[in-house]
Parts: sequence; structure tokens; C-alpha cells
Amino acid sequence: MNDFKQFDSFKDLLCRYEKFDFQTYIKNVTFDDIEKSLSKDRLSEFDFLNLISKKAVNFLEDMALLSRKRYLRHFGKVIQLYIPLYISNYCSSDCSYCGFSKKNKIIRKHLTKDEIEKEAKEIAKTGIKHILVLTGEAKKIADLNYIKMAVTVLKKYFSSIAIEIYPLDTDEYKELKKAGVDSLTVYQEVYDKTIYKEVHTSGEKRDYFYRLDTPERGAKAGFRAINIGVLFGLGDIQKEAFFSAIHAKYLMDKYLECEISLSLPRINHAEGNYEPKYILNDKTFLQIMLAYRLYMPMIGINISTRERAEFRDNLIGLGVTKLSAGSKTDVGGYEGKDTSTPQFDINDKRSVQEIVKVIKQKGYQPIFKDWEMI
Amino acid sequence: MQKDILKIADREFTNRLFTGTGKFPDKNMIPKILRASGSQMITVALRRVDFSMPEENVLEYIDKNVILLPNTSGARNAKEAVKIARIAKEAGCGNFIKIEVIHDMKYLLPDNEETVKATEILSKEGFAVLPYVSPDLVIAKKLEDAGAAAIMPLGSPIGSNQGLKTKSMIEIIIENISLPIIVDAGIGKPSQAAEAMEMGADAVLVNSAIANANDPEIMAEAFSLAVKAGRKAYLAKMAETSKYARASSPLTGFLHE
Repeated sequence: MNDFKQFDSFKDLLCRYEKFDFQTYIKNVTFDDIEKSLSKDRLSEFDFLNLISKKAVNFLEDMALLSRKRYLRHFGKVIQLYIPLYISNYCSSDCSYCGFSKKNKIIRKHLTKDEIEKEAKEIAKTGIKHILVLTGEAKKIADLNYIKMAVTVLKKYFSSIAIEIYPLDTDEYKELKKAGVDSLTVYQEVYDKTIYKEVHTSGEKRDYFYRLDTPERGAKAGFRAINIGVLFGLGDIQKEAFFSAIHAKYLMDKYLECEISLSLPRINHAEGNYEPKYILNDKTFLQIMLAYRLYMPMIGINISTRERAEFRDNLIGLGVTKLSAGSKTDVGGYEGKDTSTPQFDINDKRSVQEIVKVIKQKGYQPIFKDWEMI
Repeated sequence: MQKDILKIADREFTNRLFTGTGKFPDKNMIPKILRASGSQMITVALRRVDFSMPEENVLEYIDKNVILLPNTSGARNAKEAVKIARIAKEAGCGNFIKIEVIHDMKYLLPDNEETVKATEILSKEGFAVLPYVSPDLVIAKKLEDAGAAAIMPLGSPIGSNQGLKTKSMIEIIIENISLPIIVDAGIGKPSQAAEAMEMGADAVLVNSAIANANDPEIMAEAFSLAVKAGRKAYLAKMAETSKYARASSPLTGFLHE
């Protein structure tokens, strides 16, 4: 019997581990435990914890080899490309780490239909057919009709449309699905409830549990793909990684028809100058990424241009399924006229062509199109 | 010896290894694989075909003499599979279609029930339908009745390279169904392809195991040879391997004394 499927919502599963002493467990992980976890075909959530323990850093090479093997078996030598499009940066929430926070005095922009079309045309020149539409957390300004309007425009240029906007109800997601959205990205940002309240000081985003259930509402609405993640830097790294992993596994087990993926954003410089309390270094980043792959061989793993070009290049072949390319995080950034303040600084500033070239040099095929709404 | 020809719908094949276009590091590899394997039919995921960009359009890399087997990968139900099949036909991909209805993204196992429905509809529309299914005799019979041109049972979960885990189930289908049986998915090594052919499969479809090899071209040739060897062994009617040991001093020997 599948253990995770017995829970009615992820909240119940989360409760099971709320009192769990992660620090002591991780401290007591032995080399033997890690070796056993590595030799298994089906890993439990405790195997995942073993693999993200400090001691498991000694097994990073073994984890990388296994992860590559699993990746190739399921996905082959291919890397999917996608491109983000910020259409509005108005925000009614105050999140201390985010450049779009309502408190920040930044240049705000809300693209009109014509402006969205211009951006779409510009992005379409890259050949990438997968687009991710982003807004701030401002349901009243970038409302459902506005999103639908944007989707109608974008459908002409792209074969797959994903959204990363404020959380919605299942019925609202159904409406967006009908309009042409096929995938949903929503990050919990931080699973630790206390920290969540600390960094989300006001606005709708303060509702922890509504956000927590968002991916599941998306799955229920019938989106074909759901992408979740932690914003690393806000909470304890291992604990956060663990909760994101069991959240993904829970969704995967419960919604077999849905492609579940994980992102690993870590805090970059943004307006507001938030200083992360927990620094996720490259080594631990890789360790977590590999552990995700080994725990869930079929999981999608997305790496954005928040990461440095060289670091991203080195991750190809180790389990990454999707890379964003040529990204701009300011509203109106592709056309380049009257741009606004970006949400965060991007590190990999290369063009799509440059990234495609590197993927090919690495012996992988960049995939421009992998989906078509019919 | 009479020429060994496999007939599917109105097409004839002398090579019984079918290939795929997915998972390759470079699309330029596809014509090389086709040459090395001698494969006469190749499957293409229509959802990945980008008709707007010639350089990205996988169809541009396939020799015109090779039969296209567009597949409905991405379809979650019969309705979507039917829609994709019609798009493929309109786009000039011919009338062969591999029905792939999958809504389990964890193991990618096919939905047999929806596959039967799609087969029924598309056969009536004149498609040569090749349904991809979990091996099950009852489903195979329903597919036969629905007008399928061949049946493609999986050897083991797709991409798993585990070989013929479902061997007994496929054997039952081979014994009882008059359509060509093409083992699809799970074949990881040439020896496993040979095994499928030895037991009487009419053809095999191999993609991952070729695409993921260090040298896909040589691996394509290796598979081609294995399929030929397995087929010849089947035609030659292999000597039965005894399923039990013969004691050198027979236990029932006293009866002859």
C-alpha cells in the first residue's frame, strides 16, 4: 500500500513530520545508512534524508553517477528549454526577499495586450515554444480576465503555456486551463510556518495553508504539469529540501496523470536587499538536486537563470530536465523599451543561441517544443 | 527459402526492427541510425514535431522511404489520441498511427481501455492503427475486433531496459492473435530483442537502448543483427529445450524390466 496516498491533503502529511527532530536524525546518519540508500531501487523519504545529510557529501560522485544513469534511462540525452515572460509586477503582498514586494518603491509595469504581443513576437524569434507567464501577487490588478487575455495572445506564438502567478481556486484554474494554460508553477517558498509568517508580513500570500494546497488544486483542475519548490535561503536547508521532496512525492503518488517537477531557486540579490539566513552553497545545491532525482527518478528538475552560466552548464547530464534561457525578469524586458525593475538579478545572461550551443557541445539535444495544446 | 516478409496493413517490411526518434543527443543521429539498423519504420512523437522550424523539425531527418509511425504521446485519453492522429494525417505523416494513451506519469504505463476506444474510431477512419498496450489477451482480442493493424505489447516499463518481464503474457498473445505482434518498450539489450523474436514476436521497436548507448550507430546495427538472428531461429523451429531434467537412471525404469 502506498503510504502517502492515505493522506487527504499535504497538510496532514506535513503534520506527521512537524515534530520530527531533523537535526538529530541527520547527525546520526552513518556511512552504512548512506550506502544502503544508494543501493536501493526505490528510496523512502528517510533514504532521501540520508542522501542530503552532511556525511553524504562524501558520496557525491556516486550520487552523480547514479543520477545520470536514472536521468538517461528516463529522459535520454535531451534538455527541455523554456522562457519566462513577466507581464505585470504589481504586488499586494509584502515578502521581504522579493523585489516586487509592495513596500519597494520600484518602477511598476502592467503590460497591455499590444505590449504582450510585442514581447511574444520577440521571444518567439528564439524558437522556444514553452513559455512561463509571471505576475506579482496582485489578483485585483492582474486579475483572471487579464491572465486569460494574455494567454489568448500567447497561444498564437507558443505551444505550451505555464503560469507562475498568485494562487487560485480549483475552478479558477479550470478556467485558465480552458483558456490554454497547461502547466502551473507555484513555490511554497518556505515550509517552516514560523519563518513563513516572518517573511510574508502582509497581503494574501500570508495564508500559509492556502498556498500549501495550491499545487494540489492545480492537479485537481487538470493541469498536465505542476512545478513546485523551496526558495532556498529562507529556512533550514535540509529540512526545507525534505519537505519539498515529500510534497513532490505526495503529488506524484496521488496524481499519476500529472508531471511533477521541482525547482531549486536560491535567493539572489533583489530590490529590498534581503540577506538570506541560510546560505545554500553549490555543493549542497548539487547534493539536494541529485537526491531529488534518486528519490524520484521520474521527477522534472528545472534550473533557472538565477544560477551562474558555468554552474548551469555543469549540471547538464546530472539530472536537470529543464533550463530557462535568455530570461529577463523585468516587465517588458524582451522588447527592451521602458523596462521596469527586475524581480531579482539573473546570473546567466547568455542568449538562447549561446545556451543551445553549450547544450549541444555537452552532447545533449536542446528541445524547443515538447508539447502542443490540442 | 521464401522471402520472409512482414505485412502490416498495406505495407511490407523485410526488416523487423523498428526505431524511434526520441532521446538522441542530436537529430543528425537519426539518419545514421536508420542506415545502420536498416529499419523501415520509425516512430515520431507528434507533440515534439515543430513544423514551423525546419532545423528543429524531426521529420526533415527521416528518409522518405522510411515509413513514419507518428505516435500519440501526450494523449491522456482516447479523445486526445484521436485528435493527435488526425493532426498527424493532415500534416502529411501518412496513415500509420501508434496509439499511446498514458495518464500515469510515474511509470508511463498505457491505458488499455482508452486505447481500445481510440483504435475503434481510428480504424474506421482508415488509419493503420498500432496500439501500444500492457500485454493482456482480452485487450488484444478487443483490439483485433476494433480493427487494429498490429499490436504493440510492452516488454517492461518504457525506458526501463529490463527486457521481457512480461514474456509469458506476450507469448499468450502471440499464440492467440492473428495480427502482427511488435514488442515495444523495455528492450534494453540486443539479446533481449533476439529473445522476443525467438519466441515468435513479428518485430520489435527499440529506441532508448539505441539512443542511450555510447555509440548509438553501432548499437543500432547490433540490434538489427539480433533481430535477424532471433527471427531466423524462430523460422528454423528451434529444438525444444527440455523444461525438466532427465534422470540417467529413470525413476520409472522398473516398468521395462
